[in-house]
Amino acid sequence: MMTQRPGTKGLIFNEPNVWDKSREGRCAISLPKADVKRSPLDPALTGDTPDLPQLSELDVVRHYTRLSQWNFGVDSGMYPLGSCTMKYNPKTNEVQAARQGFAGAHPLAGDECSQGALRLMYDLERSLAEITGFDAVTLQPAAGAHGELTGMLIIHAYHAKQGRQRSKILIPDTAHGTNPASATLCGYKSVNLKSGPKGILEPEAVAAIMDEETAGIMITNPNTLGLFEENIKEICEIVHAKGGLVYGDGANMNAIMGVVKPGKVGIDVLHLNLHKTFSTPHGGGGPGSGPVAVNEKLTPFLPVPRVEKELDTFKFVTDCPDSIGRLHTFYGHFGVMIKAYAYILAMGAQGLLDASRLAVLNANYIKESLKETLNLPYDRPCMHECVFNDAKQQEYHISTMDMAKRLLDYGFHPPTVYFPLVVDGAFMVEPTETESKEDIDQFIDAVKAIAKEAQTDPEKLTSAPVLPKVTRLDEVAAARKPCLRG
Amino acid sequence: MRYLPHTQEDIQKMLAVAGAGSLDDLFKTIPDAVKVKDGLNLPEPMSEWELNDYMEKLASENIACKGYTCLLGAGSYDHYIPAIIPYLVSRSEFATAYTPYQPEVSQGTLQGIYEFQTMVTDLLGMDIATASHYDCGTALAECALIALRKNRKADKIAVSDLVHPSHRQIIDTYLKPTGYEMVLIPHTKDGLTDIATLETMDGIAGVAVQSPNFFGHIEDLAAVKKIADAKKCLFITSFTEALAWGILKNPGSFGADLVAGEGQSLGIAKTFGGPGLGLLAGTSKLMRDLPGRLVGRAKDSNGDDGYVLTLSTREQHIRRERASSNICSNNGLNAMTAAMYLSTIGKVGIREIAQLNHDKAMYLKSALTGAGFEPVFDPPFFNEFVMKAPENFKQKRTDLINRHCLFAGLDLAPYYPELIDHYLFCATEKVSKQQMDQLAKEVA
Repeated sequence: MMTQRPGTKGLIFNEPNVWDKSREGRCAISLPKADVKRSPLDPALTGDTPDLPQLSELDVVRHYTRLSQWNFGVDSGMYPLGSCTMKYNPKTNEVQAARQGFAGAHPLAGDECSQGALRLMYDLERSLAEITGFDAVTLQPAAGAHGELTGMLIIHAYHAKQGRQRSKILIPDTAHGTNPASATLCGYKSVNLKSGPKGILEPEAVAAIMDEETAGIMITNPNTLGLFEENIKEICEIVHAKGGLVYGDGANMNAIMGVVKPGKVGIDVLHLNLHKTFSTPHGGGGPGSGPVAVNEKLTPFLPVPRVEKELDTFKFVTDCPDSIGRLHTFYGHFGVMIKAYAYILAMGAQGLLDASRLAVLNANYIKESLKETLNLPYDRPCMHECVFNDAKQQEYHISTMDMAKRLLDYGFHPPTVYFPLVVDGAFMVEPTETESKEDIDQFIDAVKAIAKEAQTDPEKLTSAPVLPKVTRLDEVAAARKPCLRG
Repeated sequence: MRYLPHTQEDIQKMLAVAGAGSLDDLFKTIPDAVKVKDGLNLPEPMSEWELNDYMEKLASENIACKGYTCLLGAGSYDHYIPAIIPYLVSRSEFATAYTPYQPEVSQGTLQGIYEFQTMVTDLLGMDIATASHYDCGTALAECALIALRKNRKADKIAVSDLVHPSHRQIIDTYLKPTGYEMVLIPHTKDGLTDIATLETMDGIAGVAVQSPNFFGHIEDLAAVKKIADAKKCLFITSFTEALAWGILKNPGSFGADLVAGEGQSLGIAKTFGGPGLGLLAGTSKLMRDLPGRLVGRAKDSNGDDGYVLTLSTREQHIRRERASSNICSNNGLNAMTAAMYLSTIGKVGIREIAQLNHDKAMYLKSALTGAGFEPVFDPPFFNEFVMKAPENFKQKRTDLINRHCLFAGLDLAPYYPELIDHYLFCATEKVSKQQMDQLAKEVA
């Protein structure tokens, strides 16, 4: 029986650009009374007042309320965006981060007046070290890609310290898109490494190109096909034997918490995304947080300041001669750290393990339920996500993009499309553990119904979506003549 | 666990479909040799009640748990945040969305960020602003890299030593593996970037000057521009106090090529230094060199107006190793917050708040002078300034924190070792005359 679609029609509101609502003389704040005398600046230094909109308080509230209603979030519905881990963002985390003692804290108040913040950072570092199996963690990187850069800087500094810099880095075709750009920032040339027929790396392929000019390898594990790199231990040994280091992209850590500790299998340095695995909201693009975990050998290279514990007091330490230096003006995205730590405290060891198990269960359930409907290029047990493509729909001239857009009309956020590049027309589904069986069944039914429409009524797909506020947008024209401001 | 919806029955049914006998069975592709043997050693899970108590205990170990008087700035500013800002930005349609890759269901984020870009260009007098960066320091490091890529013959970037010390350290970190070099421009005895020394520097791809600078002083950006033009290098300017542009001549009016800024002042809580908001703006000429996301106008298939992420061929997921940067996630929700704040204070509010900041800072400076502090520098400032403290101030400052929760300035000696007993003070619209008078009385 076809379950009911979550998506339906509903009233939303038109809303112009904020400046079109502006009326001379309106102001949405109560200005504080002046209790000191006016001290005009030298007119040679002052400029025209920025032409900001002039609105009443309700104008502002209504503007942003209406805008928000044009958005789809995890709280609206299932958001199975592969590689992005769109799990539920617990509301209590927001309450914890908003506490005056945290939100009001000035970063330069001094260690003795910031003990709660330092303790939280220290304990979060220790928790992440335990979960990943590493010796030390820095929380400073502001996002996943920033963590990658941090990791690559550490690898670069390590080789410099060994007395001989290397020139290349191996990057598998199943790695995250940011990896090559991060390596380039450190002056390393990316060498593409093809995965084997099973969708995972083969030790022989690594051995064939690993040499003493190669600084290391960047491995996403589970990889972007959602497959566990089964030969990880052997690959680490091959890379280490040539003096290289292994970088782990831990963006997919959500699949293996309590199952595998990357630090114990030969990975030297790993970044995490607190905004994926540890439940902090993505915010429509950020802010995230990308802690980096390292083994003992690489600990001296971690960025400064470091948090240290002495008896029961905590302090920032900057005297680390081998450190790669500083990566953030202060200590990273502390507000995001609070939320992630609240999540870890609420979940505990069993909760995190269960989260990973159920994330993997949900993905395998979808994979098995849809593999007759969509082509599954790698038919193997998957981890937290599975990658289909549009091979079966091509005969009806229907693409992955058409199916993705049609899913919007059914009330689902589409999966990640056309990534990873190793699969043509990829349709990458990551349900996460917080989606229930009923919601997943609705999604499966929707994909099946859409696949049927592809045969019987392809127009419904090519003209989709019809329910959202706008239909398909002409991105090519937008890029040809960019209009980036009003 | 309340975040996990599966019943035992669900699990059994789903395992049967997945062809697995148990949850452990799902991980059979992982060799035993790499599996965790003895679980994770983490504290017992907390109920929501326990979590509240524990987190409040931690928060209360920070001085900020009580109302406190913050005369600290240096990149993190204590401004009033109207109630509607956190209320609106916590709407989950904004907070729980991903980067707007599917524009049809992301028009809220997209229009909001487009308006943010527009308001930032207005604030700074620049052609283009990006959808945000991590913070000012990382945005400034990206600007340095752009300059070095644009001027291939040069391998140095000149940076004023009155650029925020952390920002200079970040540039250093970013440049270390590239072979490029940062050269410091010293400051004059007036606390301004030494333009004469800058003039003698050769082989530089860009020059970066912060204004108001780390001492709070308003720099002569017109003079910097002139030298940058003569040297055919990029003129980069940065700032940590975004509200200064409510009253000061903006960077665009001085011909800046690139601007990196901190937007935390625009409605974002200090939160121990992050997440703040990296602002990054440039001229049209540099459009394709800018890092990170940009939102642009578009038409849908019915001819209706909408917005999309655009010019993505610059970015890492398309151009991979030849991308203009590796940035992916930015500080989007804080950009949305800043847009809400700017819409709230508006044209009238921003001028008045900026003026108030300056008024309070002028009053504080004069009150401290009256209490025996020495005003070491003379140049005009916005809301931060440096004073040399009387001998016994260090102990008094600690007493003020302990007794009144009042933070009287930032000790500059750790940043500029020659400035022993020098303190950087900041006064915003939040500090009252009474608090400033009390401070003056206590330290006199």
